[in-house]
Amino acid sequence: MQRSILLSAAAHYLMPLMLVFSIFLLIRGHNEVGGGFAGGLVAASGLMLYGIAISPAALRKLLPIQPHLIVGIGLLSALLSGAIPMLMGKPFLTGQWLKTPLPVIGKVGTPLLFDTGVYLVVIGVVVWILLTLAEE
Amino acid sequence: MIFLSFSVLTGILLAGLAPLLHRRFATRSAALALFPLAIFAQLCLAIPEVAAGKAWQVALPWVPSLGLSLSLRLDGLGLVMALLISGIGALVIIYGGAYLHGHPFLGRFYSLVILFMTAMLGVVLSDNALLLFVFWELTSISSFFLIGFEHHKANARAAAWQALLVTGSGGLAMLAGFSLLAKITASFEISHWIGHSADILAHPLAPAAFLLILAGAATKSAQFPFHFWLPNAMEAPTPVSAYLHSATMVKAGIYLLARLFPVFSGLALWPMVITSMGLITLVGGALLALAQTDLKRLLAYTTVSALGSMVFFLGLGTTLAVKTALVVLIAHALYKGALFLVAGCVDHGTGTRDITILGGAGRAMPFTATAAGLAGLSMAGIAPLLGFIAKELMYEATLEATLPALLTGLLLVANVGMVAVAGWVSFKPFWGKPGQEHLHPHEGPAALWFPPLLLAALSLLLGAFPQLIGKWLVAPAAQALWQAPLSVKLSLWHGLTPMLGLSALTLLLGIGISAAGPRLQPGITRFWHALAKFGPAAFYPRSLHAVLSFAAWQTTVLQSGYLRLYVGSIVLFTVILAALTLALRPSQFSVPTILPPRFYDVVLIGIILTATFLVTRARSRLATIALLGSIGFSIAILFLLYSAPDLAMVQFAIETLTVILFVLVLYRLPKFKQLSSRATKTADMLLALMGGVLMTALMLIVSAHNSDSHLTRYFAESSLPLANGRNIVNVILVDFRGFDTLGEITVLAIAALGVFSLVRLAKKGGQKRQAPPTGGKQ
Repeated sequence: MQRSILLSAAAHYLMPLMLVFSIFLLIRGHNEVGGGFAGGLVAASGLMLYGIAISPAALRKLLPIQPHLIVGIGLLSALLSGAIPMLMGKPFLTGQWLKTPLPVIGKVGTPLLFDTGVYLVVIGVVVWILLTLAEE
Repeated sequence: MIFLSFSVLTGILLAGLAPLLHRRFATRSAALALFPLAIFAQLCLAIPEVAAGKAWQVALPWVPSLGLSLSLRLDGLGLVMALLISGIGALVIIYGGAYLHGHPFLGRFYSLVILFMTAMLGVVLSDNALLLFVFWELTSISSFFLIGFEHHKANARAAAWQALLVTGSGGLAMLAGFSLLAKITASFEISHWIGHSADILAHPLAPAAFLLILAGAATKSAQFPFHFWLPNAMEAPTPVSAYLHSATMVKAGIYLLARLFPVFSGLALWPMVITSMGLITLVGGALLALAQTDLKRLLAYTTVSALGSMVFFLGLGTTLAVKTALVVLIAHALYKGALFLVAGCVDHGTGTRDITILGGAGRAMPFTATAAGLAGLSMAGIAPLLGFIAKELMYEATLEATLPALLTGLLLVANVGMVAVAGWVSFKPFWGKPGQEHLHPHEGPAALWFPPLLLAALSLLLGAFPQLIGKWLVAPAAQALWQAPLSVKLSLWHGLTPMLGLSALTLLLGIGISAAGPRLQPGITRFWHALAKFGPAAFYPRSLHAVLSFAAWQTTVLQSGYLRLYVGSIVLFTVILAALTLALRPSQFSVPTILPPRFYDVVLIGIILTATFLVTRARSRLATIALLGSIGFSIAILFLLYSAPDLAMVQFAIETLTVILFVLVLYRLPKFKQLSSRATKTADMLLALMGGVLMTALMLIVSAHNSDSHLTRYFAESSLPLANGRNIVNVILVDFRGFDTLGEITVLAIAALGVFSLVRLAKKGGQKRQAPPTGGKQ
């Protein structure tokens, strides 16, 4: 497959933008359009674009950790967000919120951690499948 | 009691740490025995209080919604068992350290034995049936690992599986029985059941609950027809056999029957089923033992027989029979534990366990021989050992039962067998004529001969002063069964009674058989061999095979490996089931008020319909992907138009990613072809139509009910105050229905794992297999 210069040049700029946008979607998801699923998919699309336009190997080098670990960390953060309320004697997955909102992010609570888990699982799954298929 | 509940938790922790401790301290790791010893000491301190009729109790809620609480209760019955478990546990850890000295898995041995001991303590201390079940299964699992300890041997693995399957399936039946009792009494607390035994007995489900629980007890305690796993479990290292498969774990079933004695003994089934089961096991075990030549298998079959006797006497259910069962339990744990450990010493000192070869080792192994002699005398029921008192009680109890002649006669047969085996096991190897081979026997270290000697000495001590256990242990335990104080008077000498005569007769016959052993054995062995193919042991592999071939059959039927068939059957069954429900419960259809279609609605639906039609006629794969993509994007735009931006966004992203993934695999797929016949295509079309019609019908029904649905309103109103969010869709996903989402992302992760492993597997087996059968439009 011949590489398209246009595509690879664009991917260099688009990928970071899409990642930033995905984090924006993730954080604002609780109140506005967005959320972990949508954010994760956008981030995954960005990474996928990078992987296809430049090379799967470059994508793997770009990732700080292996994609299956991203999936695992995502699942663990979702589980952790469920376990935190249990430490306070509440049922599993009861939403717990900090009283004071943080700057930029806004209100912070276990649902945000849960959504981050979803976000990471989605990214991890897509990138994992992509790399598995592309590197074969 | 707090100490005891802690010790259960500490035990689990210690089991995990044991291998590390062993690696760090190596030779001194037998100090782990201090843990059971501490429990034993604490239990000893509790004896006076428990004997005074008090029961220690502690309860912590665990999963209240399931009726599961961490409630522990120490009464007379639990105390007897707990003393045996912790006391023999300490000895077995010391012994095991020497027996398995230098074995690469010694750390694992410590870990499993401590885990088992903790679980077993849990079984006898639990007052909650669910908790008891958890510990019960834990003993089965630790037993599985301990039987399969030498996991490089195929026999050990097979025996471990057999024990696990037999006791595990019994455990499940027992859980079902517990659930029935909980249904009847609305509680899982055993003390609550005992208090409400009248209600339970009046309930029509009581016999079912009893039989199910009995299945658990009978499999665990190796009663006929489940006895066959126990002799095979002798593949385990000898200390394990001594501990699990004679002194403690196999008595869990006896314990359970004793524990539920106040609940079920009023049932008409109780004496009938239990006495006959116990009697068959009692006599059968003793007769089967006569055919064995391996020390451990001899002991295993007599263990089966002894377990049968305990069950039998619990079944008789008189006060005397109950006391007898308890005395037999204690006496048996002491002498059989000792004899198993002796068998290990003999194996260690001579290299064989075959009694036809063994002989004359007594001079070289004086301590072991003394232990063997004492324990053997107890097993044979010779005064002044504890076994003698147990045997006198047995005869006394059968003589006062209904059908005394028959019962006493059968008991005599079994006891004669016991005496004979006691002679073979404890006399022949040490003082008998040795076989052809030169054995060079030698005594092992003190850690090997001291534990059996201590147990055997206890048999002597308690035989000489039987009131030590009579007053302090047997009476409180019998009280737990009888639910009223019982006086227990144990003594060696009762005067010239019929029991004494029977004892003497037993001894005479037993010694005769024991001496004639070598000449008798081949005949007995031939007899059992001829019978073996009708026995339950032959049924086990057959049923296992049947289950496996059924599993193989249904897998070939259901798992065709063709994606199209999976999708087809999913749609078909959804249609059938949903249509069936619709037909059985007529629902209201309504055609919602149709808004005048807007221009872009018409265009989008036109695109969707056209693309759907074209997709079925497409002649290239790229065209198919493009058409499917246009359907997806059109739907996403529809979402957007009907104010569902979240859905639209996700749909856009998904469509994009799907197309890209498709492109990635496109190069690998076989050439695009139309392979399906006209008939298949027609069938597919019909199926698709049915699916479409069903979905439309469902949508119409939902919209008919929409007016009175309050869900939308509820979520809209409570999303901000309850969950701090204004985006309802996301709040539902991460908060209101967070558990569903957790399940979904887990499925997603598993799917990715599946893709990964399939692709990797296909790569590995690439020479043998063609590309995976995903290609080709069918």
